[in-house]
Amino acid sequence: MPRSKCSLMIVTLLVPLLAGCGTGGATQAEDPAPPPPDPSDESAEAPLSDAEIEALYRERVEESRTRFTEADVRFMTDMIHHHAQAVEISRFAPDRGASRQIRTLAARIINAQQDEIETMRRWLEDRDQPVPELHEEGDRVMVRGGAPVDMGEMPGMLSREQIERLKAARGREFDRLFLTFMIEHHEGAVTMVRELFGTDGAGQDEDVFRFASDVQVDQATEVDRMQQMLEAMPPSGGGR
Amino acid sequence: MTDPYPPEQEADMRSDSPSPSTERTRLRAGAWALAAGLAVGATACTSSSGMPSAAPAEVERQVQPFSETSPPSPDPRVGLGAGLMDAEEAIWNLKKVSSTPPPEDFIGVTNSDLAFKDDYVIQGNYNGFQIWDVSEPADPVLVEAFVCPASQSDVSVYEDLLFVSGEGLGGRVDCGVQGVPQAVSEDRLRGIRIFDISDLRNPEYIANVQTCRGSHTHTVLKDPADDENVYIYVSGSAPVRPDEELPGCVSVMPDEDPNTALFRIEVIQVPLANPEAAEIVSSPRIFENLEAPPTHGPAPADREAIEEAREAGAFVIEVMGEEMILPDESADALLSQVVEQRGGSGPPTAADSAALRERLPSIVQQMMGMPEGAENGAEPGPTQCHDITVYPEIGVAGGACEGYGLLLDIEDPVEPTRLTAVADSNFSYWHSATFNNDGSKVLFTDEWGGGGQPKCRESDPKEWGANAIFTIQDGDMQFESYYKLPAPQTSLENCVAHNGSMIPVPGRDIMVQSWYQGGISIFDWTDPENPFEIAFHDRGPVDSTRQASGGSWSVYWYNGMLVNSEIARGLDIFELEPSGYLTRNEIDAANTVQLDYLNAQGQPQYQWPPSFALARAYVDQLERWDGLDLPRIAAVRQALRSAEEASGSARASTLNTLADELERDASGAAAPEKGQDAGRGGAGAGLVVMTTHPSASGASNTASGMPHPSTRVRATGRSARHNTPTSARMARLLTGST
Repeated sequence: MPRSKCSLMIVTLLVPLLAGCGTGGATQAEDPAPPPPDPSDESAEAPLSDAEIEALYRERVEESRTRFTEADVRFMTDMIHHHAQAVEISRFAPDRGASRQIRTLAARIINAQQDEIETMRRWLEDRDQPVPELHEEGDRVMVRGGAPVDMGEMPGMLSREQIERLKAARGREFDRLFLTFMIEHHEGAVTMVRELFGTDGAGQDEDVFRFASDVQVDQATEVDRMQQMLEAMPPSGGGR
Repeated sequence: MTDPYPPEQEADMRSDSPSPSTERTRLRAGAWALAAGLAVGATACTSSSGMPSAAPAEVERQVQPFSETSPPSPDPRVGLGAGLMDAEEAIWNLKKVSSTPPPEDFIGVTNSDLAFKDDYVIQGNYNGFQIWDVSEPADPVLVEAFVCPASQSDVSVYEDLLFVSGEGLGGRVDCGVQGVPQAVSEDRLRGIRIFDISDLRNPEYIANVQTCRGSHTHTVLKDPADDENVYIYVSGSAPVRPDEELPGCVSVMPDEDPNTALFRIEVIQVPLANPEAAEIVSSPRIFENLEAPPTHGPAPADREAIEEAREAGAFVIEVMGEEMILPDESADALLSQVVEQRGGSGPPTAADSAALRERLPSIVQQMMGMPEGAENGAEPGPTQCHDITVYPEIGVAGGACEGYGLLLDIEDPVEPTRLTAVADSNFSYWHSATFNNDGSKVLFTDEWGGGGQPKCRESDPKEWGANAIFTIQDGDMQFESYYKLPAPQTSLENCVAHNGSMIPVPGRDIMVQSWYQGGISIFDWTDPENPFEIAFHDRGPVDSTRQASGGSWSVYWYNGMLVNSEIARGLDIFELEPSGYLTRNEIDAANTVQLDYLNAQGQPQYQWPPSFALARAYVDQLERWDGLDLPRIAAVRQALRSAEEASGSARASTLNTLADELERDASGAAAPEKGQDAGRGGAGAGLVVMTTHPSASGASNTASGMPHPSTRVRATGRSARHNTPTSARMARLLTGST
């Protein structure tokens, strides 16, 4: 972090220099007595003021936002679209006769992924990248703006036809389809994280690393839970 | 299934703490503890009467029941002004002793976990670690700021060794700050770094152990039976690194490759005489065949409601392993069907009722489906743990592993085995575990959203991103309740349950815990069904305009200090303040416990040396919980004062007399069943208390000094605080699914 180191040095150097102006260097050089405490030592220990700490903090945070790569931006942009679809289909649950477990699961997916969409939008905005915006049209959650994405290439994205099937399903049939589709969808997100980390230069930004790791582990955990819920459903009734 | 408390273990535990079974079955007055402790302090001396027998005629209460105290209202944590270094603060029953900003190289970089050694605090940071001298808690002095970037820099110590976790992709073997841009590189460090810190001013980087998933956190296990090694359990939550970077790392299902890096933890052995030779010695598959139910079962209040309904004649059905009350409208509909099927009409008869009761299980099975006949062959279960807390003194560990909470047997540190597991449909991601001191309870946290999200808003459910409290009986865990930070936070503040530790207040289970920008919360979970907050500290958001990372990562009790690692603001040190929930004497007694070092994930068993502070703390508890009448309490206090002022044989005889009298008091204590009934039935009575205690013989024969009474406090007004009535849940289930 060359930029921050530099300003740090300026801060630490300026203070002793200013202090040195008052005492005068010439007399000190002629004085054979033991040297007085080194003023630079003293100032090095002098704590930074709150304002200086805050300035340094902002500078470091700003600097940490310069370590991203194209792959990071693509991941964040893609994942906004991915999350938006999870939110859209989770919103079906309350009106489709879903079981209590499914409705709880759907509510948590909505809560979690809406917050994560905000995190991703903030990440892009902080790095002066195009920020996708969410719009609701009826029960659809649309994403506009942001860098162009290839929805077909995104793992785990449901087709319009699959979404329509889910919308039309009721009760246990809805539960089964919801779990089946959401497992596929979550597994896609986990794949996206794995692909990100397999890309040169990606994930060096700590915010990306942490966020992507969290998405990976949260969704893998949820896949396991959904798998169990699906297995606990009766074999009959056919949902696929 | 192995018994986590084999007989010899139980005998050991009984000597200074009640085992789970004795706690429930043997009830004695808390006076036993006091008497036994006093006897220990006086056994070497001769006995003669030295205790004033006359009690004052009018005695005023000095310690009030909890019901006389209430938290501040409105909650001062709501609406705090934002700021990095000048945020508004709210504090209750705590004193802030110091706040020290990070050293310059660490400002603006995430502070993480803490470890303690002697008078030093080691604070991890994504940029390395900091060593603070806290011998003067009001003025921590930086000893060393070691730059060696890696997230999360989770830190642990043992003797002269410091262990640091590296998980992020930018961590380098050479501690460089430039990161590692290539996806595959030999410069990358993901795993455990080992430092020699015999000279704290000059930590020496002596070894690395690279692991397949890196190390998100780790746990240092010192096996009491092995003085030559320590063991490190490595937990990682990031994806498996490529085989080209670290040979042998494969990320596939076990049926494809039995050596997969998934579905296992890694155990590193560190030879203390030659720590450079540290290496992975085993990869226990503690998740194998893990098929826990999707729920841990209903909360105690729900169980009670179900029993009441059953007794009242309601239909109780079992859905996915969970008992529920069939709502009246559904029961009526089913009953009319029964009437119709037998060709009858009119209201159902008793025989119809009985017929329905008999057929109900199969009807439910048809309606809801059966757990058998699984179509999907994918192996369930977690692939990794986030955190494992080992408790070597009881030979057990708590593993927080993705969708499960595990109880592990660690008698063999190299091959931990699973005792039991629980799951919870309210839990998103099991994060960490903390045992109470006697190992009869365990608390798991749910780090929903990974710590970067604001999960404490008014609208976020109290069961999500919270703690779940379990009692441990015969190696099984029984769910008791949730605890979540009671103060709502803004959407600008990342907030969820995070790290904490037990505070050694004798006779009670009190914990201090981090909630990121929700601040720190101290709560009493002595009664596992009714945890409640007793102190807090909180700051406003880091930034008033946007969510910025900050808040408390970890806060731990260490030798009288509560040390807080603030992600953005540095190191805080707090002290407990007396209140209606905690007396001065209880705090003083806690502070008699001294640790030489602490890693919170290697939980130490607290032991209290005999002291007057400890005796006074027990007297306070006896008064609070009406264990003795007020004149007796006053007389005991007077006797303790006399003893403390006296010395030699006079002190001994006063203590001996007091001990004898207290033993008599304890023998005459009320029968336990009565107390329990009063606790359940006493509406409006506020808190009814039962003080439980192991057998007198066990208690008086303590090696470590005074035993502590384990207490169960039942707050009648607090039950069912977090739980929706089962009938309502069932109604929602049925209306939604039929």
